[in-house]
Amino acid sequence: MNVYIIGIGLSPPRKISPEVSFREMIYEAAEKAYLDAGIEPKDVDTFVSLSEDYEEGTAIFDEYVPDQLGAMLKPVHTICADGATGLASLFAQIKTGHFKIGVLEAHSKLSNILYHSHVHAMALDPVFVRPLEINPYFVAGLEMDMFLDSRGYDELDTAYVVAKNRTNALLFGRSSFGSFISPEEVLLSESVSDPLRELDIAPNADGACVIVIANEEIAKERGRDLIKIAGIGFAEFTPNIERWEGDAEYLKVAARKAYSKAGIKNPVKDIDFAEIDDTFSYKELQHIEALGLVSFGDSAEALKEGFFDLGGEFPVNPTGGNIGNGNTSLMNGLRAIYDAVLQLRGDAGNVQLKSPESALIATWKGLPSASGGVIILRREG
Amino acid sequence: MKFEGISLGLKEFEKEIKVEWKGKLEYEWDCGIALSKFMEGLKHGKILARKCYACGRIMIPPRMFCERCFRPTDEWIELGDEGEILTFSVSFVNWDASRRKKPEIPAVIRLLGTSENMGILHKLGEVGDTLEEVLKNVKIGMKVKAVWKKEKEREGAITDILYFKPIKRRK
Amino acid sequence: MAQKVAILGAGLTKFMRRAKETGKELAFEAARMALEEANMDISEIDCVVMATAPDMFDGVHMKGDWLSDGAGAKRKPYMRSYVGGGSGVFAIIHGWYLVASGLFDTCLVVAEEKMSSCMPHPQGAFNAIYDQFLERPLGVNLLWIFSLEMMRYMHVHKISLETIALVSVKNKRNGLDHPCTQKGIAGEYTVKDILNSEVIAYPVYRLMVSPVTDAAAAIVITSEHEAKRRTDNPIWIEGVGWCLDTSYWTNRDLYYPKYVEYAARMAYDMAGIKDPRKEIHVVEPYDPFAYKELHHLEGLLLADKGEAPKLLEKGFWDRDTKDGIPSCPSGGLLGVGNPIAAAGLMKVIEIYLQLKGEAGKRQVKREVKRGLAQAWGDLMQVGTVVILSK
Repeated sequence: MNVYIIGIGLSPPRKISPEVSFREMIYEAAEKAYLDAGIEPKDVDTFVSLSEDYEEGTAIFDEYVPDQLGAMLKPVHTICADGATGLASLFAQIKTGHFKIGVLEAHSKLSNILYHSHVHAMALDPVFVRPLEINPYFVAGLEMDMFLDSRGYDELDTAYVVAKNRTNALLFGRSSFGSFISPEEVLLSESVSDPLRELDIAPNADGACVIVIANEEIAKERGRDLIKIAGIGFAEFTPNIERWEGDAEYLKVAARKAYSKAGIKNPVKDIDFAEIDDTFSYKELQHIEALGLVSFGDSAEALKEGFFDLGGEFPVNPTGGNIGNGNTSLMNGLRAIYDAVLQLRGDAGNVQLKSPESALIATWKGLPSASGGVIILRREG
Repeated sequence: MKFEGISLGLKEFEKEIKVEWKGKLEYEWDCGIALSKFMEGLKHGKILARKCYACGRIMIPPRMFCERCFRPTDEWIELGDEGEILTFSVSFVNWDASRRKKPEIPAVIRLLGTSENMGILHKLGEVGDTLEEVLKNVKIGMKVKAVWKKEKEREGAITDILYFKPIKRRK
Repeated sequence: MAQKVAILGAGLTKFMRRAKETGKELAFEAARMALEEANMDISEIDCVVMATAPDMFDGVHMKGDWLSDGAGAKRKPYMRSYVGGGSGVFAIIHGWYLVASGLFDTCLVVAEEKMSSCMPHPQGAFNAIYDQFLERPLGVNLLWIFSLEMMRYMHVHKISLETIALVSVKNKRNGLDHPCTQKGIAGEYTVKDILNSEVIAYPVYRLMVSPVTDAAAAIVITSEHEAKRRTDNPIWIEGVGWCLDTSYWTNRDLYYPKYVEYAARMAYDMAGIKDPRKEIHVVEPYDPFAYKELHHLEGLLLADKGEAPKLLEKGFWDRDTKDGIPSCPSGGLLGVGNPIAAAGLMKVIEIYLQLKGEAGKRQVKREVKRGLAQAWGDLMQVGTVVILSK
C-alpha cells in the first residue's frame, strides 16, 4: 500500500512571533493544511507532533498539542525527533492499514528561549562534556574542523553554501533571511568556534508547519497532486560526540533504507532535486556526501561549479534551506517537506525548477545530535 | 532470574561522587492574541471569556479558535467574578515535596456565565487553616467570589486575583 | 495490511529509590535481559524504540538521543515517543506499528526512568507540566491534579476514603511477591494504616501515592514469521489503542476518563473484543495513585461508572479471584514502584508473564488467555492500552 502527502500548511518561519501564542501559530498552519487537503480534523485518524521539552520550557509538551490541531479525543503522540523520523512514525501507522489519514505537526518558538546556549548545554553529556562549560557551538566547530580537514576543504568552500542558500531565499521571497551575499563576505562574519562563523549558522526562527498524509484510496479519491512517499529511512549514530567521525553516519544508514525502498540506484540521476539540512553550512556538504550524491571529498568542487545551484544539475535547497529560511529546530524537516511539495506541485514561484518529479529530503535533529532521516517523494500522474 | 540494580540508601547516595548542574533555563513565552487580552482584562479587574457561535460555548481560558468546531471564535464576553467550586483539595506539600503547616487550597472554579464544566485552576482563601476547618467550610458546588489585588499592584497576570472566597449566604 | 506482532522476551531491573547505575546503564541491563530471553543478539534487532518521561528528571535535553547507546541503538533506526506517564505502554504500541507496518521485522522496546537525579526533589520537574500562562504562576504542585481529580471522582459517585484505601492495601500486598519491588513499598497494610498515614493533599494520603523510582524495562517484539521461527509459544499483541484529550483540563468533568475509554475501544475493536468483561482475563491498569486504578477500570469499560469501588469491596479485582478480573497482580505502581515510563512497560511485562504462566507467586488463580495493560499521562489526558493474548 502506498502513502501520499495530501496537504501542507505553514506559518512561515520568522525571527520573532510575539503576535501569536504557540497554539495560535500552530492553528494557522493546521487550518491551511486541512484546507489544502480538503479535509476536516474529524477525518484524521492519527496525529504525530514533534517536540523537545527543553525547547518549549514545558515538561511533557505532548499535553499542549491536541486543541490547535482539532485532535482532542483522538490518537495523538509526540516523537522527539527530526522531520523525516517523525514522518516515518506516521508513515508506519498508515502502513498498518488501521489508519487512513495522518497529520504531522512541528513548530518552533525558539525566540522565547532567553539563553540558547544553556538549553543546548543541557543536551551535552552531563559528566564528560557539560562541566567544561564551553559554548555548545564548539561541537559544531569541532565537527566542521574535522570535516574540512579530512577532505582538504577550507572555510571558503562552506561559505559558498551560505551564499547559495541566502540568495535562493531572497529569490524565493518568503523569508527575511534572504540576501545577496558573496562567499568572501561570509568570511568577514564573526568567528563563533573556529572555523565556524556566525553566518555559517542558520539563524533561529519561529514558525509552525503541518503535513497531512493519507493512504492510496484517500489520496486517489482526492485526485490532484499525487505526491507519494516512495522511500523513508531514519537512524541514530551515537550521542557521544567524541565518537563522531565527521561523516554524518546517521544519514548513510537512513539513506540506504530510503533508497532501497524507493528503488534508487543512483540518487543524482534518479532524483531531481533535494532539500538537505544545512543548519550549519558544512552540514550541507557533509550531508550531500553522506547521501552519496557525490563521492567523498567531491562536494566542495561540485558546489563551486554550480552543480547544486538553482540552475544546476542537481539543485539543493532551492528555497534557501535553513540558512535562508531560519533554523526552526524540529520543524526544519517539515519546512523542507513543505518546500519540496511546492516544487513537485509547481508552486515554487521564482525558484520553481523545471517540472521536477522526485525529491530527496534529508533532515537532521540539530545540535548536538547524531540522528536524522531521509525521505524520497515522487509525483505521480 | 537475576535482576540487576544497585540500590543506594540516602546515606550511601550522599557519599556517591556526583556532578551538579544548574542551567540558566529561562523563557519568555508569547501570550498571543487571546491570553494577552485576557491578562490585560485582569489588570482592570475584568474576567474575559470568548464565545464560539457555532457550538455556543463561552470559554475560559479564552482562545482565538474553538478546538471542538475548529473555527475562529467570535466574541469577547465579560464575566462577573463569581463562580462555583467544581472540585478542591487541601494541600500540605510544597512544589519540592517539603511540607507546610498551613494548607493551600487549590480548586477548579467555574465562573458564572460560562458553559458547563468551564473551570479554571485557582486557590481558595478565608476558609480555615486546618484540614478540619477547610472541610467544614468548603463544599463542591459552593459559590465563591474573587478577591483581587489592589488595582495599583495588578500586573496583568492570573495572580491579580489573590484567591476566591465563599459568598456568605444572607440569612 | 498489518502483520501480526509477537513478544519474544522481556527484561526488568530492580526498582530502586536511588540507583547507582546511570540511566544508560539501567537501559542496558533491561535490554540485555530481554535479548537474552528472546535468544537474540543486538545485531538481529532492526530498530529500537525508547520511552522515557520528562527530560527534567535527568536534566538532559534530547534525553532520547542521550540514552540511545545504552539501549543498543547505535547505527540503527531509533525513535523516542512521548506521551508523559502513558509513555511506558505507548512504547509497545510504538514498536507494534513499526513492525506491523512491515517496515521492520524485529524491534527492541526500552523504557527507562532515573528520577533520583533531579534535585531537590523530582516532583519539582512536574511543575513545568502546568500551563505557563495561567497555572504555573499560582505556585502549583504535581499532587494537585490528582487530589482535585480524586475529589471530583469521590464526590460524583459518593465513594469513601476507606474504599479507595483498599486499592493501596491490595496492591501493596501483591507487590510483596514481585522480585523487583522497591524497598519499603510493598507490605501487609490495613485500611486503617493507609488512612493513618500523612495527609499530603487531601483527599490523597501518603500511602495512596506511588513512590519516586529509578528503573528500566525492555521487551523484544518481532513479526509473525520471525516469532514462529524462534519460538513455539509467542505472546501476541492483539490490539492497541491510544487517545489524547484537550489540554484545557479544567474544562472537563474530571470524574470520568473518557480518553481511556476511547483508547480501550480502539484496542477492543482491533482485537475483535465485544464484551471486555468476559474476554479480558487479567488487567494491569495504571495506579500511580490509589483512586486511579478504579478510575481506569471504569474507563476500560471493565466496570460501570462508579461501580469499580463496589467490585473492589467484593474482591472482584483480587489476584486469587475465581469469577472476577485480577487487577494489578504485579502490585502495580503502588506495590512495585513508579519509574514513570518503565512502570508502564513493567505492566505490559506482567501481562506477558501471566499469559506465559511464568508469574510465579503472582500467577493469578483463574485461567488467562488474554490480558490488558494500560497507562495514563499528561494533564490527566492520555490513555494508552495494549491487549496481549496467547
